[in-house]
Amino acid sequence: MSTKGKVKGIIANLVIVKADGPVSQNEICFIQLGGTGLMAEVIKVIGEDAYVQVFESTRNLKIDDEVSFTGHMLEVTLGPGILSKNYDGLQNDLDKMKGVFLKRGEYTSALDDDKEWDFKPLAKPGDKVTAGDWLGEVDENGMPHKIMVPFAYTGSYQVKSVAGEGKYKIKNTVAVLIDTDNKDVEVSMVQKWPVKVPIRAFKEKPRPYKLLETGVRTIDTLNPIVEGGTGFIPGPFGCGKTVLQHAISKQAEADIVIVAACGERANEVVEIFTEFPELEDVRTGKKLMERTTIIANTSNMPVAAREASVYTAMTLGEYYRSMGLKVLMLADSTSRWAQALREMSNRLEELPGPDAFPMDLPAIISNFYSRAGYVILNNGETGSITFIGTVSPAGGNLKEPVTESTKKAARCFYALAQPRADSKRYPAVDPIDSYSKYLEYPEFSEYIEKTISDKWIDQVNKAKTILQRGKETYEQINILGDDGVPVDYHVTFWKSEVIDFIILQQDAFDKIDQSTPVERQEYMLESLLDLCNTDFKFESFTEVDNYFKRIINQYKQMNYSEFKSEKFNNFEKELQSIIEERRVA
Amino acid sequence: METRAFQKIYTKLTQITKATCSLNATGVGYDELAMVNGRLAQVVKIIGNTVTLQVFGGTEGIPTNAEVTFLGKAPTLKVSDDLAGRFFNAYGEPIDGGPAVEGEEREIGGPSVNPVRRKQPSELIATGIAGIDLNNTLVSGQKIPFFADPDQPFNQVMAMVALRAKTDKIILGGMGLTNDDYLFYKNVFDNAGALDRIISFVNTTENPPVERLLVPDMALTAAEYFAVDKNQSVLVLLTDMTLYADALSIVSNRMDQIPSKDSMPGSLYSDLAKIYEKAVQFPAGGSITIIAVTTLSGGDITHAIPDNTGYITEGQLFLRRDTDIGKVIVDPFRSLSRLKQLVIGKKTREDHPQVMNAAVRLFADAANAKTKLENGFDLTDYDERSLNFAKDYSNKLLAIDVNIDIDEMLNTGWNLFNKHFKPEEVGIKKELADKYWPKE
Repeated sequence: MSTKGKVKGIIANLVIVKADGPVSQNEICFIQLGGTGLMAEVIKVIGEDAYVQVFESTRNLKIDDEVSFTGHMLEVTLGPGILSKNYDGLQNDLDKMKGVFLKRGEYTSALDDDKEWDFKPLAKPGDKVTAGDWLGEVDENGMPHKIMVPFAYTGSYQVKSVAGEGKYKIKNTVAVLIDTDNKDVEVSMVQKWPVKVPIRAFKEKPRPYKLLETGVRTIDTLNPIVEGGTGFIPGPFGCGKTVLQHAISKQAEADIVIVAACGERANEVVEIFTEFPELEDVRTGKKLMERTTIIANTSNMPVAAREASVYTAMTLGEYYRSMGLKVLMLADSTSRWAQALREMSNRLEELPGPDAFPMDLPAIISNFYSRAGYVILNNGETGSITFIGTVSPAGGNLKEPVTESTKKAARCFYALAQPRADSKRYPAVDPIDSYSKYLEYPEFSEYIEKTISDKWIDQVNKAKTILQRGKETYEQINILGDDGVPVDYHVTFWKSEVIDFIILQQDAFDKIDQSTPVERQEYMLESLLDLCNTDFKFESFTEVDNYFKRIINQYKQMNYSEFKSEKFNNFEKELQSIIEERRVA
Repeated sequence: METRAFQKIYTKLTQITKATCSLNATGVGYDELAMVNGRLAQVVKIIGNTVTLQVFGGTEGIPTNAEVTFLGKAPTLKVSDDLAGRFFNAYGEPIDGGPAVEGEEREIGGPSVNPVRRKQPSELIATGIAGIDLNNTLVSGQKIPFFADPDQPFNQVMAMVALRAKTDKIILGGMGLTNDDYLFYKNVFDNAGALDRIISFVNTTENPPVERLLVPDMALTAAEYFAVDKNQSVLVLLTDMTLYADALSIVSNRMDQIPSKDSMPGSLYSDLAKIYEKAVQFPAGGSITIIAVTTLSGGDITHAIPDNTGYITEGQLFLRRDTDIGKVIVDPFRSLSRLKQLVIGKKTREDHPQVMNAAVRLFADAANAKTKLENGFDLTDYDERSLNFAKDYSNKLLAIDVNIDIDEMLNTGWNLFNKHFKPEEVGIKKELADKYWPKE
């Protein structure tokens, strides 16, 4: 007999329910309002009173309306068919909803019950298995989707039988296991898992070390992120957070892309809906959408579901990671999630922390980031979730609670700078304030030595030094005036400008420039460092600007040309002759 | 508001604050409307038998034995084609002396559009103002505010944009308008003979501030009627959203909520997003475009209201007085229309993106030259020319009194390039320069 209750108080989407039996923290309940059930989650219990946050508008709700508790936490449904779906924050399939407007209390199933999948067995009778072990595999849009022992199963099991190759629906039994009590347990292709609990079906979680190519030069070259790494992008509005995130999602070397549009503009999600089905995935030749899942909880959708949406996205990521896949998860923006936490904390009348955010915000954020990572599965295969979140700092001030808490949790920091955005230097990632902790990992250096070159990290640091020195010189020139400093100062400054223009700046809307493979990045960085090591002869500072502008223009044309194409080589040749004009032998 | 027969009348208030009152009542729905001694109120909190009402007109003079009746519904608006040409107050009651509008009664603040049902905005909205059409092109289904200081002529610019934009309906949501500004809008719309496609919901400074909270939802409910039921393109003007946010903070303060940044309620982002996200391109062809005004104090855009707005809207427009030409211009550096990429060079001439970028870049060169001049450094010939270009550019394109079509703006751009620069200094793609650079 499940617990029932009655509404006792209503303050916006916080409802107080008097329960007639046991309720647990984070349990899901449905509030009956004129024939529809509104989904809600328990967030506090005092005596018999359960405080629930409703994932819908509470308009017209009345005292004494009936409530039924479900006995479980907020869950997602896991199985083949998740890819290329557009879900809301609670994993309702948005495409299955009728009408133009969202209807309150309308919940749709996450997967397609009637679709048939080509199943191939992987386990055989007699195998000893535990939660997360692979029993079989179906082809999901070209991805090997593993059918696993459900994560909720504890202890070890023995495989009794696995279905043979063939077509099955998600609810068909595809394997029978025997538990320790010798009882048969039937396994289908679909399972459920509570979103707020991490899936821990893996052997270990070592430090990540493999470079994750994003094709974005300012990331890959200067502050690389790794498979299973974490990063965040804070920036005031108008600095290109979303454009940068979209670029990463389109180009990164990941098997699965999960985008959580969390409390952001609906038209931006529409852009993904419109573009991703058109965009070709260079690696598979298929459409990008086929390996992407979008969780859309736009800013006008109920705020409690916004809080759930990032957890929903992360859980889907963990599911695919358990299949040995490389998952890239993006959340735009985690500040909106934090604000959802703030709204609830406020209604619960909790004592506020800084800027009225809940006191445990740093803990919640670091706990969430810790769910990303590179794992070795029980069978020795590896999988990863690389997580990049954007942060929208209030007033563009990075000294606010969400940015500061995230800084403690994420290992890469891509600071978007307003001055760079103002001068249209996109992506506006500040090369000096940003960092990647992975550059300091010995595992990472070792990996880079093997895969790129043993000089790479050294070169990256050199480029960073040149940028830093360029900035300092620029300040000096500004104070002392163009002719108040030696000509050398201008040369130093312009060398850093070349790196800025050619590596840092990248045209996200140009077909070729938008994505640069690491091999090409290496080539360009080497060429640029050669240039920076070259001595030039100038009579006066007025010659310096024009000369380097020509060099920049030449390099830019190279960036816009196919790598090592005839065009590219010609531009490079012309570049060499420009360099020779003023080179000091 | 009509009353229903056999209505239960409550006569005992247990608590009165400046904006709210509480009483014991049963069977009350959340968000439901009530009348408190003839003043409209809405349920904002129910704990057991205690119902807290937010009284829109304020609680001045409300006695503890005030008569309270519940209306059994959330705030509604009667929608029909008869709305066109009319002026209403925040409750949707006519204030122009005309009869009440008959039609289907709809709850305001309705549900959100399913994001997968939205269409990507793609229709250009021309205003004739080059600072907008050329540099910050507006697109139907967009939401964009003017960030303006209170002394800037944003109401004039909005009225101008409204009248020139080729939309089927224009809906004005006025919050805390001064009576003078209200009359200004009324006159402008009247004189333009455009009254039949304009609907206004107005709360002036003479009305209680909390009433303002209803205005955007009223305006947008009317907008949804025309955009969804009639497939029309609707332009909604909301002025001034800062005063709306101030009203939110008053209410949250009275409800003992803990304020976050700048004394604003912690839910400010969601509250504003609920309004702005009503901007949408519907699949059947109708659209709602929102142009709003957010007044700044001392140009500070880090204040919670403009800051949250900026994260929600698709760009922002800044006005600035250009002292070199003595006119108000649309600031090309700080203004941004995020959706312009969807139309420029596609719905407009191919050279649009390049002309736009080149002109802004040259204008930036002029700004640098000006700094040099102010710091006492010598100017080069290029600096001089860019300063001259900037003056012409401000005068002929950026000034808000410009009214030309987009092709003419582009031609003007090319003529100014030709007058002040050599092609290589402008740095436009060669094919375009060959085609459009004015021949001597």
